[in-house]
Amino acid sequence: MTELTDLSIAEAREGLKRKDFSATELARAHLAAIEVANSALNAYVLPTPERALAMAKASDARIMTGEAGPLEGIPLGIKDLFATKGVRTTACSHILHGFTPPYESTVTANLWAAGAVMLGKLNNDEFAMGSSNETSFYGPVVNPWRRKGSSAQLVPGGSSGGSSAAVAARLCMGATATDTGGSIRQPAAVTGTVGIKPTYGRCSRWGIVAFASSLDQAGPIARTVRDTALLLGAMASHDPKDTTSVDAPVPDYAAAVDKGVKGLTVGIPAEYRVAGMAPEIEALWQQGVAWLKAAGAKIKEVNLPHTKYALPAYYIVAPAEASSNLARYDGVRYGLREKGHDVTSMYENTRREGFGQEVKRRILIGTYVLSAGYYDAYYGQALKVRTLTIDAFRRAYREADLLLGATTPSVAFEFGSKTADPMAMYLSDVFTIPSNLSGEPAISVPFGTGEAGLPIGVQLLGPGRSEAQLFAGARVLEIADGRP
Amino acid sequence: MSLPDGWEMVVGLEVHTELKTNTKMFCGCANTFGAAPNTNVCPICLGLPGSLPVLNVRAVELAMAIGTALHSTISPSTFHRKNYFYPDMPKDFQISQYDLPINAGGYLDLPDGSRVSIERAHLEEDTGKSTHLGGSGRIHGADRSLVDYNRSGVPLVEIVSGPDIRSSAQARTYAAELRGILIATGASDGRMEEGSMRIDANVSVRRTGEPLGTRCEIKNLNSLRSLVRAIDFEAARQVELIEGGATVRQETRHWDENLGSTSTMRVKEEADDYRYFREPDLVELVPDQAWQDRVRDGLQPMPAERRTVLTRRLGEPAPALLDALEVVIDLGLDSYVIAALDAGVAPDLAVARAANEIASDLEGLVNLGVDSYVATLLMEQRGELSATQSKTVLAEILANGGEPASVAASKGFERLASGALGEVVAQLIDEHPDVWSRYRSGDEKLAQFFIGQVMKLTNGQANGKEVIAELQARR
Repeated sequence: MTELTDLSIAEAREGLKRKDFSATELARAHLAAIEVANSALNAYVLPTPERALAMAKASDARIMTGEAGPLEGIPLGIKDLFATKGVRTTACSHILHGFTPPYESTVTANLWAAGAVMLGKLNNDEFAMGSSNETSFYGPVVNPWRRKGSSAQLVPGGSSGGSSAAVAARLCMGATATDTGGSIRQPAAVTGTVGIKPTYGRCSRWGIVAFASSLDQAGPIARTVRDTALLLGAMASHDPKDTTSVDAPVPDYAAAVDKGVKGLTVGIPAEYRVAGMAPEIEALWQQGVAWLKAAGAKIKEVNLPHTKYALPAYYIVAPAEASSNLARYDGVRYGLREKGHDVTSMYENTRREGFGQEVKRRILIGTYVLSAGYYDAYYGQALKVRTLTIDAFRRAYREADLLLGATTPSVAFEFGSKTADPMAMYLSDVFTIPSNLSGEPAISVPFGTGEAGLPIGVQLLGPGRSEAQLFAGARVLEIADGRP
Repeated sequence: MSLPDGWEMVVGLEVHTELKTNTKMFCGCANTFGAAPNTNVCPICLGLPGSLPVLNVRAVELAMAIGTALHSTISPSTFHRKNYFYPDMPKDFQISQYDLPINAGGYLDLPDGSRVSIERAHLEEDTGKSTHLGGSGRIHGADRSLVDYNRSGVPLVEIVSGPDIRSSAQARTYAAELRGILIATGASDGRMEEGSMRIDANVSVRRTGEPLGTRCEIKNLNSLRSLVRAIDFEAARQVELIEGGATVRQETRHWDENLGSTSTMRVKEEADDYRYFREPDLVELVPDQAWQDRVRDGLQPMPAERRTVLTRRLGEPAPALLDALEVVIDLGLDSYVIAALDAGVAPDLAVARAANEIASDLEGLVNLGVDSYVATLLMEQRGELSATQSKTVLAEILANGGEPASVAASKGFERLASGALGEVVAQLIDEHPDVWSRYRSGDEKLAQFFIGQVMKLTNGQANGKEVIAELQARR
């Protein structure tokens, strides 16, 4: 028998149903794997074995009585950005030191209602600000992949680096993640996993520590397209507690996975060929085009004008919102408090001690671009670029059903290689950011490896609420890549 | 108080009113005054990470009702974040409306015939309440600060007037009339002493006919009396400055009720840069025409209209009666007064018993129907009850309920037979021949002596007018 931790979610569901193994056994297998590997990978910041076993036991009882939910007994990791009732939630920031929320995020509540089992809280860049998981207060996460012939440790991408590494290293069957500028898709791409950023509002933001509210969107990371579809189906919902959530029924994503791409038009955006993109990624992108064509899709060159302005616009809009969202961490009510001789110095000492460098950088940028006298030149302009980005996608989707591009300009890189140059780090998100600005869905799926044997991801993008088609398209690429 | 000749004050008011909703603006916590500190709180109004606001529809309706009463244009509107740090503001930003308020423009006509323009009336959330211990009682220099978040997230409407007010008296009239409108729309209870209506006054002065001067904003005036005193002080201060060759500095000032003066809170250069931007957690608020119509149709008549109706019914009311009438309008006792007038009760009596007796026990109003009010006043008017007895009956019904006739009977308030009163009066004349002779020779005020003696002997059952009639008949 295969190792339980190697099973896909779809396979595990079948195994549980046939009672080949119990949810408790499945949970124990993953807890054991965490025990062995987590000290090396640092993917979990807080494993919750007792809770996992209690939840698995309850799952086994429901399986026995025939009341199993769609994800009954499936062990998952939860990004530390999601509030989990009674379980420490810090967004991997020192400023939320010891914070234990008295409420549960809607996404995790949906997962538990579907029968899923929580293995623990996963590492991420502090407040989801980063592309390498190097900004976490709890230290960096290590990518389980290595370059051929090298033992150098590589980053797992970010900000959902704990999620991507844990899924890739079989420390959970799937994980929740969030994507504000690529934080699901980029880590999935560099760890050989599948990640989808759904349409803005498809998953409720209630209980997810906010980074940039108009861009934040939760989604899953898993090892197969089908697993990713199963997870999103359970995570998504219309939530009256989030007035920006999508008020429409959740489609049966898993049923759409095998629909294929025959008759669909796939657009190839010329602007996604940027300078500095690794030739091996470019080559695989072209191979993806060929495979989709072979599967019956029509291929068409499309244009996404203003793409080059999306990155700078994002790095104005996201910090602006973050500067406001993170103001509440002031030492008054919860989390870290550093003493001061008056209220202002208490604020200053707490925030100086509690926030890391990258978070401070973005708060400063965000405060600056919203300030009187600078608003029009920065924030106002960025909003215009955002409108142009939305408009460019709208035009492209008149000509094509889906778009195909690379997920990232490079494969997994080494620790410290980009930390000194924020602009180089920010460029990791150049292909993922436009769909956050437009609020439209995009999926990253592993598609081959580069010369160093490191995974490469390609990205399918679609118009609002086209997740079902994205899953179908991603499945075609997955099969073509040799995972039938 | 008036300014020296040739000077004019220019005043605009920003009135903040708490809306009388059951729950807060963005969460389900109770919106009540006086609960134990930090008991009406939840993750949303405490700004815990990951919490999100959901707009209270009732707050929107009340804001629309205020706008409709003020002749504003109700428009699609958006929410913004006003960013600044303060311990009683849990998110360190306030959700407010900025460039697109729900109510734009409008006006308020005052009883004195003047019209004050309204610039906007927008929705926003209230902050918590800080108590600073030690030092000056303000945050800087305090030893400790306690914060109660019960008020955090309570819905507010801020009504901004144009700079149309020219005296402290007019400012008072505006605030009082606006308060009446807020009560009539059901938006507010108008309780200034509980902070449910707070006023900031923008004051500047100029020599008559000259362009507007530099203004100062006086924060947090919590009573009409403070409003008048603060405006008068501030205008006089500015005139004195200018006449002394100095200039007025644009600043925010604090009113000290005990000192009766304003002092600098912060100057313009120190003012926070609020970094307003669209609140991404809330969608655009677009009240459709049908909703606006429902709000308009649900509105009760406003004070101005009711004042017209009541004064028309009262003929030409004496000035003293007008003050009592304002109490009636303020408390919404119109139906009691009108029913009494319909039944033939004299205007001063119909107004006075409502403005005094009912007003002193509003909570008892559930016990006093309009019919009982009218019946009691008719008994008084017919002389079956003295004024004192009538007030006692009303107080008793307000406190414990009951029918006027049986309440009067249970109190022993039975009318003296006319013969019995004559006997008492005759007896008193016999006992006090000197007083009687001085009264007969024209000392009318001695009638009060006899009335007092009669009341003593009859336990207050006699009617003063009838005593005088008995005395006159024997003169």
